[in-house]
Amino acid sequence: MNKRRPYVRSMDGWWRKNPFFVEYMIHEGTALFVAAYAGVLLAGLYRLSQGEAAWNSWLDALKNPWYIAFHLAALAALSYHTYTWFKIMPRTMPPVVVGGERLPGWVITAGGLAAAAASCLGLLALVWGMAR
Amino acid sequence: MKAPLKRSNAPIFWALFGAGGMLSALLGPMLVFITGLALPLGLLLPADTMSYPKMLAFAQNFIGKGFIFAIIALFLWHAAHRIFHSLHDIGIHAGTGAKLLCYGTALLGTLIAAYALLAIGF
Repeated sequence: MNKRRPYVRSMDGWWRKNPFFVEYMIHEGTALFVAAYAGVLLAGLYRLSQGEAAWNSWLDALKNPWYIAFHLAALAALSYHTYTWFKIMPRTMPPVVVGGERLPGWVITAGGLAAAAASCLGLLALVWGMAR
Repeated sequence: MKAPLKRSNAPIFWALFGAGGMLSALLGPMLVFITGLALPLGLLLPADTMSYPKMLAFAQNFIGKGFIFAIIALFLWHAAHRIFHSLHDIGIHAGTGAKLLCYGTALLGTLIAAYALLAIGF
């Protein structure tokens, strides 16, 4: 049918040649862990709706070494997502002007990371307080 | 007169991506630590933190319901959007089918979460 065979450059390993794109692929890859973790939580929620026995079997399943290993990897991935999310934020949000000067990028990044640290500690304290 | 420009649905998906990204950036690591590591391994928190009566009460509470729904749904929409837009980077031509698969999975997860939360009751 079509006799033209235009040259299409291969995309094999394009991102491995440049550290910037390696980092990009890793931070995009964190989405796989966000999705998988949401799936674990969704399964738990569904089991909760099925009653006590179902919920307890889900809790027991989380003690499986494979789940522990998954959650260790997910913890690393989500922490990295937190870091890159705020690292990129100066470029993903509209410029913030304070007193006629544009707020430097590192202030936005540092502010975001501080907010994340505070949110995480707040969540732990809240769970701790509710569980006691 | 020119016909008005066709409105794009991209801002909706982007907003869900952004909201999920922000929520997972702020709370994700600690949530994973609490539900996936601290409680299964018996670290730090009381052992019955996620016992059935406590989780049921949490899921029946209006705020608890909203929290669970927001976490699961927004995490899914965030991941779906990011994975969809990364398909091109790994050499997959992302067309309508890929879009339906990515966003459809997030939609399905959202509906299952909503169903479970309603089934749990108030």
